[in-house]
Amino acid sequence: MKFDTPATANPTDRMKVLGQPHDRVDGKLKTTGTAHYAYERNDAAPNAAYGYILGSAIAKGRIESIDDADAKAAPGVLAVVTYQNAGKLGKAKNHTARMLAGPDVQHYDQAVAVVVAETFEQARAGAKLLRVNYARTAGRFDLAASQASATKPKSGNPDTAVGDFAGAFAKAAVKVDERYTTPDQSHMMMEPHSTTAAWKDGKLTLWTSNQMIAWAVGDMSETLLLPKESIHVMSPYVGGGFGSKLWVRSDAVMAALGSRAIGGRPVKLALARPQVMNNTTHRPATIQRLRIGAQKDGKITAIAHESWSGDLPGGGPETAPNATRLLYAGANRMTATRLAVLDLPEGNAMRAPGEAVGLLALEAAMDDLAEKLQMDPVQLRIINDTQVDPEKPSRQFSQRDLVGCLKTGAERFGWNKRNAVPGQVRDGRWLVGMGMASAFRDNVTMKSGARVGIDKKGVVTVATDMTDIGTGSYTIIAQTAAEMMGVPMDKVIVLLGDSSFPASSGSGGQWGGNSSTAGVYAACMALRDTVARKLGFNSTDVVFEDGKVKSGNRSVSLSEAAGDAGLSAEDSIEFGDLTKTYAQATFGAHFVEVGVDSATGEIRVRRMSGAFAAGRILNPKSARSQVIGAMTMGVGAALMEGAIVDTRFGYFVNHDLAEYHVPAHADIPMQDVFFMDELDEKSSPMKAKGIGELGLCGVGAAIANAVYNACGVRVREYPLTLDKVIGRMA
Amino acid sequence: MKAFTYERATSAREAASAAIRTPGAKFIAGGTNLLDLMKLQIETPQHLIDVNGLGLDKITPTSEGGLRVGALVRNTDLAADVRVRKDYGVLSRALVSGASGQLRNKATTAGNLLQRTRCPYFYDTTKPCNKRQPGSGCAAIGGFNRNLAVMGTSEACIATHPSDMAVAMRVLDATVETVNAAGQTRAIPIADFHRLPGATPNIETSLAPGELITAVTLPKPIGGTHIYQKVRDRASYAFALISVAAVIQPGGRGRLAFGGLAHKPWRVEAAEAQMPNGAKATASAVLAGARTTSQNAFKLPLVERTIGAVFEEAKA
Repeated sequence: MKFDTPATANPTDRMKVLGQPHDRVDGKLKTTGTAHYAYERNDAAPNAAYGYILGSAIAKGRIESIDDADAKAAPGVLAVVTYQNAGKLGKAKNHTARMLAGPDVQHYDQAVAVVVAETFEQARAGAKLLRVNYARTAGRFDLAASQASATKPKSGNPDTAVGDFAGAFAKAAVKVDERYTTPDQSHMMMEPHSTTAAWKDGKLTLWTSNQMIAWAVGDMSETLLLPKESIHVMSPYVGGGFGSKLWVRSDAVMAALGSRAIGGRPVKLALARPQVMNNTTHRPATIQRLRIGAQKDGKITAIAHESWSGDLPGGGPETAPNATRLLYAGANRMTATRLAVLDLPEGNAMRAPGEAVGLLALEAAMDDLAEKLQMDPVQLRIINDTQVDPEKPSRQFSQRDLVGCLKTGAERFGWNKRNAVPGQVRDGRWLVGMGMASAFRDNVTMKSGARVGIDKKGVVTVATDMTDIGTGSYTIIAQTAAEMMGVPMDKVIVLLGDSSFPASSGSGGQWGGNSSTAGVYAACMALRDTVARKLGFNSTDVVFEDGKVKSGNRSVSLSEAAGDAGLSAEDSIEFGDLTKTYAQATFGAHFVEVGVDSATGEIRVRRMSGAFAAGRILNPKSARSQVIGAMTMGVGAALMEGAIVDTRFGYFVNHDLAEYHVPAHADIPMQDVFFMDELDEKSSPMKAKGIGELGLCGVGAAIANAVYNACGVRVREYPLTLDKVIGRMA
Repeated sequence: MKAFTYERATSAREAASAAIRTPGAKFIAGGTNLLDLMKLQIETPQHLIDVNGLGLDKITPTSEGGLRVGALVRNTDLAADVRVRKDYGVLSRALVSGASGQLRNKATTAGNLLQRTRCPYFYDTTKPCNKRQPGSGCAAIGGFNRNLAVMGTSEACIATHPSDMAVAMRVLDATVETVNAAGQTRAIPIADFHRLPGATPNIETSLAPGELITAVTLPKPIGGTHIYQKVRDRASYAFALISVAAVIQPGGRGRLAFGGLAHKPWRVEAAEAQMPNGAKATASAVLAGARTTSQNAFKLPLVERTIGAVFEEAKA
């Protein structure tokens, strides 16, 4: 099905099942430990050996020699695979660095070897016995030091410009010109990258933890130089990804090499927590400069956003200015994205790449501007709302209710109680402040396919290689199929995450929910057609409800229609150019109250509230979970998260969850989430948009703005740890 | 984790003898720190002597009017003990500010005293660390040291001791009781129990090889207002940037001990005379001789500000 004209009335509008707060259909499996994750496939791959990866102890240089004699002789060790005996390997296009080092080392903790043994402890102890001699060469690990050497990336839109920014900024009555920094961040999902691999007759089976099944097959094919047809990937349950599992990583490659080395016997391998940080990808640190010029009435006349980040040679930039291109009006504008070469582990996508860090700067700068204008920050944003793409005014937004979010959010939060003068509100030792920020995240759509069948019992089965990374895909896909086929939820079976199923959008960039359900919609439409034709019904007036197919005064049960052989149909949704003719994005407004300890400078969030406009909300319960999880991640980004680079060794030094802080339960207060009533007919037949990342966008800036309001200290180097605050507090 | 042998001791003296008998042996109780270190091969004991069965899990009154806390009393139980909460509130508060409920259920009194530093370089066997591998150097000096020591440091080591409990015990002038293989017992004042790093940061306590902690004794209650103020980067489950254990008497005199500043719980008795003169004077005396880095220099003003907050709280 091609989606190239706005959706009209369709069966999803019934909203009998869709739009309802159904519990997760996979919830029971997860809470009873019966959902099998990649490392737990004893059912499918019994008698697995264990793999353990030895990562490089240097960040850049060369492996001079590897002595594996002691490792091979260690108890239980079955095989040691290094570049010397792995056979020829390719580098997947999706990978910046190779998954196995040798002889060159590209980054710290790049896999140097996998040790395969009968037990996990034996494999890990064996890895410690490998003696690797390195020749270390100097590397570049410091973004600030490399900023001047940054260049314009070859792809994407590194430079944008409309009007005369420099002239307008020079003439602006009120100006903000500030520099911001955001640190490297690690995804730190609960389930580390994990794989069980097995070979049979030259074919590879991978049970792995992955967001994008079709990409995983491609990455493995390009790495192992194996036809795609010889690779079967399954990833039915994923314990979080946040972008780190968009591509297969060394766990999958090294488990496959390990299994091949022991004759195909299954090998299971999970990265150790420090390896999640240094062996895989991370969100790159940024340096950003924001300049905003406005008239005295608050109208923005000039806005510029520049960003610098670093990556390994061949890598890409963090596109921090993304949101600034679309969020506010202003006739004169420019953005610039620059990329330095750094020899740190690979930088790549983490939840809301671009916007998450870009809004930490933009929305803090807007707060500065509001103060200089002596204008309410909510009002400043309303004044500068735009219903068209400011770079291309002929291009309208498909839906844009930023103003509604701002007003509704402010009302729910009690924004009118805010004292605009910093440092005025106390609660015992606590200085109390309020802050807000807009939320913005692109709405991306991706081609997505599915197969839907009905059996003689009237049970509807959906199969698609879509993944559920904890987001609720199983549930919203089941709701979609139930709505489309007119059956209750308990008559729907959803099968996900298997490369033998039709290729889907996968999970990433908050495109998964909308795109994959639209693919299921397409397959259901095809199946409805098939059913109607078989019954000789006129497909224009056919109704699927209560487990029956009805047309005029005829009514046949689905089970009868399916017959003994059953019926099935496969289709995919392909998106046309509606994202080009319309700007498509999701919007919201965050409101936060913080306390700053007047003595110690400790910052604690006291309450959070947000209103969001993201098209049809397919399941308010799972959507809310996405948003509160993202808000929580935003608390981390604002107050505590940061991967610390030791520039002498070229690695992230705080590489475990004791030292790399993410919020604990005690850090998270009451979170209020409100969804605006909205349908976006230009986004998909589901009339939905992404919701998985929006909640993260802007929340950190709202916290920083609240900290300023509480204690009068602006911190522009994230995260806002107390050492950056106490020296400047009264 | 390297393979190791294991035995269960049935008496304290026997445990101490076993430790002398077997080179490279370690005692294990809660294992909340040791097992982690063994998995990372930071600790590689050949032999573990399980002391959990020794019965040292009682809290009993002493003839001096204090409490004797068995070495195996779990942190949760010690924090919840009515006598501790009533007469040694600073200890109870310090305990519950540490780790998580699950860890406190396992962690023991003696084990808590013997926790090893959380310096990230100590935890990374590919990096130099004089504490882990004497003579290899200190990667923390000149590295990531935001949360490392500012007092009593040496050229060899700037690690901190991570315990909260030990800071409270230091302010209470607790005594560590031990037994050795010969059956001799010893009472070590807490002030002398932990060592400064000097040239041998690998030697962290005054325990002799094989010497086993049997109890920690708290002296007779001293009254006063008990406060434990822990300053940290998140609300729970984080090591102290700094912490202050305070017992403050009417009139403002009292005692102060600090966590997060040094290789041991930090207390400067002479500085306590400054307490009636306010936070600035007190902090200045506590922090005399501080050596900071650009990353951890914030601890000095933080100590002063936190002392001020503690004094205010005591008045309230």
